[in-house]
Amino acid sequence: MKSLEDLKVLREKLQADIRVRENDGTKIIIGMGTCGIAAGAREVMTAVLDELAVRKLKNVQVQQTGCIGMCEKEVLLDVVRPGEPRITYGNVKPTDVKRIIADHVINGHIIEDLVIGKMDGGEI
Amino acid sequence: MQHIRAHVLVCGGTGCMSAGSGKVIENFKTEIEKKGLSDEVMVVETGCHGFCEHGPLVIVYPEGTFYCRVTPEDVKDIVETHLYKGRIVERLLYHEPLSLEAVPSYKDIGFYKKQERRVLANCGRINPEAIEEYIALGGYEGLAKALTTMTTDEVVEEVKKSGLRGRGGAGFPTGLKWSFAKAAVNEKKYLICNADEGDPGAFMDRSVLEGDPHKVLEGMAIAAYAIGSDEGYIYVRAEYPLAIKRLRVAIAQAEKLGFLGENIFGTGFNFNLHIKEGAGAFVCGEETALMASIEGRRGMPRPRPPFPAVAGLWGKPTNINNVETFANVPLILQKGADWYCTCGTEKSRGTKVFALTGKINNTGLAEVPMGITMREIIYDIGGGVINGKKFKAVQIGGPSGGCLPESMLDLPVDYDSLISAGAMMGSGGLVVMDEDTCMVDVAKFFLNFTQSESCGKCTPCREGTKRMLEILTRITEGNGHDGDIELLEDMAVNIKDSALCGLGQTAPNPVLSTLKHFRHEYEAHIYEKRCPAHACEKLASYTITDACKGCGICAKVCPVKAIAGDPKRKHVIDPIVCIKCGACMAACPFKAIVKG
Repeated sequence: MKSLEDLKVLREKLQADIRVRENDGTKIIIGMGTCGIAAGAREVMTAVLDELAVRKLKNVQVQQTGCIGMCEKEVLLDVVRPGEPRITYGNVKPTDVKRIIADHVINGHIIEDLVIGKMDGGEI
Repeated sequence: MQHIRAHVLVCGGTGCMSAGSGKVIENFKTEIEKKGLSDEVMVVETGCHGFCEHGPLVIVYPEGTFYCRVTPEDVKDIVETHLYKGRIVERLLYHEPLSLEAVPSYKDIGFYKKQERRVLANCGRINPEAIEEYIALGGYEGLAKALTTMTTDEVVEEVKKSGLRGRGGAGFPTGLKWSFAKAAVNEKKYLICNADEGDPGAFMDRSVLEGDPHKVLEGMAIAAYAIGSDEGYIYVRAEYPLAIKRLRVAIAQAEKLGFLGENIFGTGFNFNLHIKEGAGAFVCGEETALMASIEGRRGMPRPRPPFPAVAGLWGKPTNINNVETFANVPLILQKGADWYCTCGTEKSRGTKVFALTGKINNTGLAEVPMGITMREIIYDIGGGVINGKKFKAVQIGGPSGGCLPESMLDLPVDYDSLISAGAMMGSGGLVVMDEDTCMVDVAKFFLNFTQSESCGKCTPCREGTKRMLEILTRITEGNGHDGDIELLEDMAVNIKDSALCGLGQTAPNPVLSTLKHFRHEYEAHIYEKRCPAHACEKLASYTITDACKGCGICAKVCPVKAIAGDPKRKHVIDPIVCIKCGACMAACPFKAIVKG
């Protein structure tokens, strides 16, 4: 450690590891009601976590939520990018996860064929 | 490796540990393993959150859900319901004492709302045994900035400009103190951190050391650079084993990464730190006694001058600051004195950590901006007096401080207004007392503490506090006589003037402040032989009211057979035989016995 710059570089690197404790960044929310779990929400979630790990996206938060009443469309997965509407995807399969993360989470392109709802004000 | 999506922060402070958080952490690890969540959920042991009354505390991120009084048995529920299914476990949330509303999020709890957590910002938020987490939140940036971009004069100037004053009690300007040690000419200078926290009820220094030890190390390294010292000691009491353990871990980590040791940041500045465990004598918090103790001598103060800045540890120029003072320093260097001054009053900048105890709903640690009123601390943060009783007084500043009555609750809390009110900031202990507390008894309690902690070196403290304690004892036992109050006042003033060190000079404060604000209670004890708060046992009298059904239970439990009466008739207590033990009152099924 020789300078303030060295320390700042180290800090950037370490910050990612405790990013979960800041309530910021993009959120991926997965419906984990009984219906969701039965439809394979755990598998979708594992796929999300794997993909985030592969892409080293430490600033993306993964949260779960309960049943929102659209049980036939489970697994439901929402993406909220800061300052953008909350987008809900339905009938999500683990195989869809790569596409959602690459197109929407990273590049901000909504995948229209999977969308079932939009909601303004991403705050949950 | 998988993406870690949730962090479970379990408080590992001494308070929560004694409430069982060790087992809670263990259970979290096994339950998470069982559910197959080990790759996606991380369990972190943190320092103290300050809300010790409600421990063990658990916070789950990213949601920031705040669970309190979590038992090892509750863990399974949190893992299954929250971590697996994403639903909040309602029953474990904090409920506001007045509205009874459940508050899911940390930041919305009344206890935290009015706080300004600067020194305690990382406590409960990071793992104190991981230097990485401290660095991630900006740790050691203040040191880097000071060493690589500022001269030693500039560092001292910045601290002077910040207006930081000693948090250990007396409130001496820190920058000025540093400039004295800096001006001393000697090739060897020492820096000492006074972590000999000893006021009854005060535990802020312990919490900082346990929850964010690196902040203290960083503050010390900056101070050492400023005054030109290459060696430092942390004098910490042996009764703080967890703090000592975490300090040792922190020092080793900081040395490994080059924040302590030789040639720090490549600037040629060296600083090595040692830990000295104190045996727990209260007087060792006094700087000259503390240095004697480090040198291996008996911990007794000596007259000043020479001041430590001229001739301190082993005769070398020495600078001593308290834990909380050092913990403020990194922030001043990192964010600048101007930022630091945005909080507090003109003569008392920044924040102060208070330990709330006594008859208050939310006991714990609260960090507040200077200048906040006592009323806000006690009612908004502390949640008011327990059981809706009437507030009587608050004792501030530990055994050296004083008691403030209700009429002074709107006093702004800063160094100077507290002194003018007859109390002092002290280390920041706040003991709240309700209508059932006898103020003479309180004065006796604190004087008893200082009297037994007096080192005995100077006569005013050794003999004077002993005599004062005898007078207070006889007043509370109903044997006080005319002239006692005047004698107490006379002795108090003389001890203050003539004692050798801070311990003796401030020991009469609790007596003087209670005499100032609650003189009528002393008079009631002496002239009417009664205790207005009904707290002094020797002055109490028990009587049986008409609610008595004559069951005879009281007569059976009375150890001295002072109660007599026919079955199914009202019984009577013989006041001469009665020893005022209160056993009858506790035993009466009809609440027919009253104390007056």
